[in-house]
Amino acid sequence: MYGSIAAIGAGLAVLGAGLGIGRIGGSAMDAIARQPEASGKIQTAMIIAAALVEGVALFGVVVGLLGNAK
Amino acid sequence: MDLVLPDFGLLFWTGLVFVILLFLLTKFAWKPILGMVNAREEKISEALAQAERTKEEMKALQAQNENLLKEARAERDAMIKDAKETASSMVEEAKSKAKEEAEKLLVSARETINAEKAAAITELKTQVAAISLEIAEKVVRGELSSDDKQTALAQKLAEDINLN
Amino acid sequence: MTISAKFNALILTVLTVLVAGFTYANHHEAGHEMTEEHHEVDATHGEAKEFKVDEMIMHHIKDAHEWHLWGGEHDGTSIYLPIIILDEGLKMFSSKHFYHGETKTAVDHATHEELHYIAGVGPAEGYAMFHEKIYKLENGELAFEDGHAHGERVTDFSITKNVAALFLSALVVMLLMFSTAKYYKKNGAVAPRGLAKFTEPIILFVRDDIAKANIDEHKYKKYVPYLLTIFFFIWISNLLGLIPILGSNLTGNISVTLFLAVCTLLVTVFSGNKAYWGHIFWMPGVPVPMKIFMMPIELIGVLTKPFALMIRLFANITAGHIIILALISIIFINKNIAWGALSVPMALFISVLELLVAFLQAYLFAMLSALFIGAAVEEHHH
Repeated sequence: MYGSIAAIGAGLAVLGAGLGIGRIGGSAMDAIARQPEASGKIQTAMIIAAALVEGVALFGVVVGLLGNAK
Repeated sequence: MDLVLPDFGLLFWTGLVFVILLFLLTKFAWKPILGMVNAREEKISEALAQAERTKEEMKALQAQNENLLKEARAERDAMIKDAKETASSMVEEAKSKAKEEAEKLLVSARETINAEKAAAITELKTQVAAISLEIAEKVVRGELSSDDKQTALAQKLAEDINLN
Repeated sequence: MTISAKFNALILTVLTVLVAGFTYANHHEAGHEMTEEHHEVDATHGEAKEFKVDEMIMHHIKDAHEWHLWGGEHDGTSIYLPIIILDEGLKMFSSKHFYHGETKTAVDHATHEELHYIAGVGPAEGYAMFHEKIYKLENGELAFEDGHAHGERVTDFSITKNVAALFLSALVVMLLMFSTAKYYKKNGAVAPRGLAKFTEPIILFVRDDIAKANIDEHKYKKYVPYLLTIFFFIWISNLLGLIPILGSNLTGNISVTLFLAVCTLLVTVFSGNKAYWGHIFWMPGVPVPMKIFMMPIELIGVLTKPFALMIRLFANITAGHIIILALISIIFINKNIAWGALSVPMALFISVLELLVAFLQAYLFAMLSALFIGAAVEEHHH
């Protein structure tokens, strides 16, 4: 039973991460469209920001795994 | 749960291997590689600078060459002009000389002709005089061969004189 | 890199969704397994066992004292790795003496469940192994409470599967870099060819785009060897882990990522200058009560950064392995050709994606390490 609750938690984490990464990606696209010459720098910054958001989501996944393993 | 709990044995080995790896790679890989890469980068930038310098030098040399060429061309032009002038002056001179010569020849020819003419005329005159004398002698001789004729002549002369 | 950057968001989202989906499926199976356990135990000596996906996956992503190549648990082919334990002196013997040992059954004191552990034979006499952990037997028995063994743990320095994989990736990295170094030693400062043509751009990428871009221009040189080592070690380990049969979940092991994160933490802490510590303990430009309030927050921040590094690498790689294994498991759960036709392309897709993640995580680890170091050595101008 606690397994399913962990899954819901992981799902929520994914929801947040998806929103966050989506916003980062969208803003990066906007920025690249505005300044195509700065696309390299924007991509680097985007990856770092996405990794930070994704790290938070992975905390959720780890907690989910913990719930899974009793 | 033990998925997220670190294991001491593995931690120990990771530490050992990583530290050894870091040491060995730093000493035997990163330093030589990065050193060589840096050396190469320096070499390349030096070569680029050298190329730039050579380019400048080439440019200067080219300008110099151009100048030289210009000078040479001017010199050549001057020489040609000189030669032309000399040639034309020589031709002119030759021409004038020839003219002079011709003139001279003409003059001398004319003089000679005149002299010859004068000589001929003189000769002719003397010849004519001689012939005239001879004729006159003969005529006179004939006229004065008899007494009648001498008297007639004297008469005629006397008539011509005719004391007016 | 360009493509990876553009599709990064999509990829990460897909990844996390799949992990979440699997977590659920896994639990579903776990519940199922509980009731079937008894049946399964009886079946070990007889007919084919029921395939249990979560056990299989956990078995694959966790460390082991053997290198399982193929076949079942008892009739399969494995390389038995040496066990080194510290218990009244150093003891060393093959893990064969556990895996070919005696399976014993114990009753849990709290839940009254029956649990199985292996008692060693031969040189492993007197020790027991439960879930790849080695315990000392007390009167030939191992007691359990709440599913956990209550025996005395011995200090285990065994060359486990992950330790062997660790040696292997260190060896591969060394071979790769030493031959590159040899090329330069032989040919001098010339344009790279052969292997050097492959490694040099990556080395320069780490030096220029990771170290130089994040650390002060006059100080970055000192940290380049560390960043290069960490980048190549993680990248090669990630890639080796993806090889079927030969792969081990090395960088998806929390011990390994913990050590790497601690390294970054130590490098950051020891290279921190006055301005860096000043910003942590006595934040300039804010009122005094705020300074006191900020101090613990900033101190925790110092620790959470490497902690996030540790979790990120661990979770990404482990999640990748879990997804691939789960997709392959679909075939064995459904025992159907149609499912096979679906699961193989999906597993292939995720595998290719994992190649990208392998690079991306190595890049991120090195990049964020450089970022933290850069923040620690930065000169502040106020």
